[in-house]
Amino acid sequence: MSGANDPYDPKQVAALSQEALSSALAEGVAAFANAADLEQLAAVRPDHLGDRAPLLLARRELGALPPAARSDAGKRLNSVLGDLKASYATRLAELEAERDARVLAEERVDVTLPWDRTPRGARHPLTTLTDRIADIFVGMGYEVAEGPEVEAEWLNFDALNIGPDHPSRSMMDTFFVAPEDSGLVLRTHTSPVQARTMLDRQPPIYVVAPGRVYRTDELDATHLPVFHQVEGLAVDEGLTMAHLRGTLDHLARQLLGPDARTRWRPHFFPFTEPSAEFDVWFPEHRDGPQWVEWGGCGMVNPRVLRACGIDPDVYSGFAFGMGIERALQFRSAVSDMHDIAEADIRFTTAFGVEQ
Amino acid sequence: MKVPVSWLSELVDLPAGITVEQLDDAFVRLGFEVEDVVRPPVTTGPLVVARVLEIEELTGFKKPIRYCQVEVGEDAPRGIVCGARNFAVGDLVVAALPGAVLPGDFAIAARKTYDRVSDGMICSVRELGIGEDHAGILVLGREGFEPGTPAADVLGLDDVVFDLEVTPDRGYAMSMRGIARDLAGVLGVSWRDPADLPLPDWSGAPAWDVTVADPDRCDRFTMLALEGLDPAAPSPWALRRRLAQCGVRSISLAVDVTNYVMLELGQPMHAFDRDTVRGSITVRRATAGERLTTLDGVDRALTADDLLITDGSGPIGMAGVMGGASTEIGDATTAVLLEAAHWEQTGISRGVRRHRLPSEAGKRFERGTDAEVTVVALARAAALLVEHGGAAVAGAPVDVDTRAPRPAIALDAALPGRIAGVGYTREHVVEVLAAVGAEVAGEGAALRVTPPSWRGDLREPADLVEEVVRFRGFDEIPSILPTAPPGRGLTERQRRRRSIGRALADDGYVEAPAFPFLGTAQLDALGLPDDDERRRVTTVRNPLSEEAPALRTTLLPGLLASLARNLARGQRDVALFEHGAVFPGGERTAAPLPGVDRRPDDATLAALLGAVPAQPWHVAVALTGQREPRGWWGPGRPAEWADAVQAARVVAEAAGAELAVRAGDRAPWHPGRCAELLVGDRVIGHAGELHPKVCETLGLPPRTSVMELDADALPAPTVPQALSISTFPPVLIDLALVVADEVPAADVADALRAGAGELLESLRLFDVYTGVPVPEGSRSLAYALTLRAPDRTLTGEEAAVVREAAVAMATLRTGARLRA
Repeated sequence: MSGANDPYDPKQVAALSQEALSSALAEGVAAFANAADLEQLAAVRPDHLGDRAPLLLARRELGALPPAARSDAGKRLNSVLGDLKASYATRLAELEAERDARVLAEERVDVTLPWDRTPRGARHPLTTLTDRIADIFVGMGYEVAEGPEVEAEWLNFDALNIGPDHPSRSMMDTFFVAPEDSGLVLRTHTSPVQARTMLDRQPPIYVVAPGRVYRTDELDATHLPVFHQVEGLAVDEGLTMAHLRGTLDHLARQLLGPDARTRWRPHFFPFTEPSAEFDVWFPEHRDGPQWVEWGGCGMVNPRVLRACGIDPDVYSGFAFGMGIERALQFRSAVSDMHDIAEADIRFTTAFGVEQ
Repeated sequence: MKVPVSWLSELVDLPAGITVEQLDDAFVRLGFEVEDVVRPPVTTGPLVVARVLEIEELTGFKKPIRYCQVEVGEDAPRGIVCGARNFAVGDLVVAALPGAVLPGDFAIAARKTYDRVSDGMICSVRELGIGEDHAGILVLGREGFEPGTPAADVLGLDDVVFDLEVTPDRGYAMSMRGIARDLAGVLGVSWRDPADLPLPDWSGAPAWDVTVADPDRCDRFTMLALEGLDPAAPSPWALRRRLAQCGVRSISLAVDVTNYVMLELGQPMHAFDRDTVRGSITVRRATAGERLTTLDGVDRALTADDLLITDGSGPIGMAGVMGGASTEIGDATTAVLLEAAHWEQTGISRGVRRHRLPSEAGKRFERGTDAEVTVVALARAAALLVEHGGAAVAGAPVDVDTRAPRPAIALDAALPGRIAGVGYTREHVVEVLAAVGAEVAGEGAALRVTPPSWRGDLREPADLVEEVVRFRGFDEIPSILPTAPPGRGLTERQRRRRSIGRALADDGYVEAPAFPFLGTAQLDALGLPDDDERRRVTTVRNPLSEEAPALRTTLLPGLLASLARNLARGQRDVALFEHGAVFPGGERTAAPLPGVDRRPDDATLAALLGAVPAQPWHVAVALTGQREPRGWWGPGRPAEWADAVQAARVVAEAAGAELAVRAGDRAPWHPGRCAELLVGDRVIGHAGELHPKVCETLGLPPRTSVMELDADALPAPTVPQALSISTFPPVLIDLALVVADEVPAADVADALRAGAGELLESLRLFDVYTGVPVPEGSRSLAYALTLRAPDRTLTGEEAAVVREAAVAMATLRTGARLRA
């Protein structure tokens, strides 16, 4: 068009005229605004910001202008070009945001769909409750002691002051192991673990013994021939019934809530003297707060201490025992012992939170 | 022990206005659990004592009917129709008059029946709701009550009966006397001891010639003879009523009286028909071959431990257990020999159990009776028989008394407080022991306590402590938590059991504990061979079911039964586990029964503990149905043999142990789908699919899979040692090897590991393929290997060398070749 050295008045160069610049800007802004999506925007970009776009072509004319006019025209051109680029960037951002929002919306899922691909298992509530009770005692410094279920008759009875002709020996409904002279029974209580512990070592002794025990009761809604007990034994200098009560109250609070406590009734157990049965105040009982019979307790009979090689003049001890099924029954409102014994997975998995 | 409040109130000065609830509470505080509080059924309206004035026999009906004129305290007699025939003119009966409502909403009105107007009803015991007797109407006797007297008092219809559970140590409480003493003691009121009777001044020769040949088993034997008894004399109503309240059936005056005195004083008695006793009486043990026909008509073989009452003819009674038939009193007995003795407790206990003859007498004798009260009981019974049966005492009583004096117990007066943790004073202690009936002597704290004759259970200071605490009340005992020395927490074994249970639960298995009993049928169902060690069972002598007398040697029968039960209840996808003891059988030595006065010596103790068989802790799983359910994500995955094997790996991992697996063959598993589980060279269990025959026999779905292992055989875990973690990049290599079908994948993996050497970080089998182009009889195993060096980035050349070495080792050991 013009020669490089022609002294043109910039106003004479049509492409750099204010009108031409404004018009190019307006056309570009409109084109960008009219682009409906990123593809259209990309398609119209070269027409307005590409190398052959009017404003970019106009820039080439600047060199032909005299210095003063060049500076003026350059400023105007750059300003318009800047506005056009900004317009593009704004539209680009808008369209990208629209696209992103659309894609994320399209990727929406139904978060309520189940994902139970891994089947649920569960430990039996008798197990978890036993562990919980054991842990309460471990927290107090007790150790967990164990013994065999097929047990020596002497440890199950004689060592516990239940002589061969003691009425309670026949009342215990014992399973006897064949042959007749085997001297073995299925333990009727967890108390032989006490005897084993005391035969094994000298005081101080603080043990808790959970385990499975046997009585010749037919299975019905309230009886099980095979059930679980947890028994505690403490032998030390200066232990009193007050310590026994403190221990049982602590257990009750830990297991049944801060308002739980125990109440005692005199009873008879050959291996303790004095002996008591204890009830526990259970505020959360399904049928309202009430006393619930739970177990037996007492001070270890000096005859038992002697049979186990512990000097009753130096040491005293207390012992207590209760049924785990019984605790499960009132704590979790089990109405039929069959449910505890029959291993129905619906019963057991419902105790998931106890894991 | 049933305790009528009316009887109790004759002995104890009960506080005015004391309620049934307060009495209930007092009994519980004493240690007598209240099993039941029996209140008589409610009767309203006019119920009166009536005298029968006339009886008109009505005939022409289906059964004989009586129309009676009875006096009920009104101006004129009333006419009442009655179907019973056990009464006569002059008898006192109970009449419900129109307007009365008997138990069971039985409203009485005047009504016409059998052509007469019956103006009320003469009542039977059952109609009054105070017993079961309905054979005839209730006859109160001939005197003692005025006609028209409200019958409620006479019948005890306002009387409450407590049914108390008496613990086996408290024989004295099997009597009104014992209950009354304890109740008075705890209520702090006075009472009258019914045994506190003046003994009559009997004269003459002793009633019989008696020798006690076994004074160890009988330290007092007393007898009294009565003559002239009217065998037809009825027991008075009050006595019968009390017996009924206490659950004892009325039989005849003589029997009723002995029962009544037993309830009152706690002394069981036996009445012999004196005219049938031959010659002198000896109390002795039975000799071999002797027999006795007891009152129940059973001819019993006797053992040398049986203590007998014998006469010239041989045994006439089993001491304290049951009398003999030959000397039983009957309808014609007019002369009786009453026996009241004190028997050694454990001997009675043995006899009761040996002959299976539990009785009210036996219950008292085996708990211990009061040797002091025997003669008192004879006197009391004799007085009743004289009064109501027209009898007369003949001669003086027999009293063979060889009792040793009762030693006093030394008691530190501070001991009860020290044991209870309560500040009892000396006065508290002495007061309670006096209330119990003990004699207390001694200065200061050193007490000497002689227990009363009826408290054989009080033998040691601890027994006296219990009495103090019981009477003072358990509520006084404070609650103090003792401080145990620091404990060691759970043992490794205990932690392992918990960890195994949790791991299996996390893996989808539900714990299913079963009763550990089984029988041959369950072992047969598993298809165990005859010589399988799981058939060597331990059995119990008195099983609940004859079909299941053995203790389990394997967890599988119980677990599979639980599985079947869940399936029967509509479940389809079930995965169960159980862990617990099993009980191997085998020859064993008998466990000794040492004494209990001291610790057994070490050798005896070792024999005792050694006789108890080892009871290893097993873990088992059983599963069927879908191991992973179908869902919107796609199809499910059926449970299979591999799940069972994996369960073993889960168990081993939870136990911190390494488990190896190889093909095995053992019942009840499918011979081609059974894995042996090994620790080192030792097989500790098996896993895989059940044999199809076993599934069929047990009615389980095909492909049911099980695992069982001996958790106690898993080695103790070692402390884990940390790996050094390289931060250099890994080289990942995939390899596909073709091997013969019979080559175990585990062997190929082992070979690859060995060949790859130290640069191998991990190796995983990710595909098993059979089919074209893999030749028949072979399969392709694809492994992903991760190589990494601790100190540098591996070069391609290094990785290639490792790869070649790994493949070369696999080829060498297993014949594997790289898949083309």
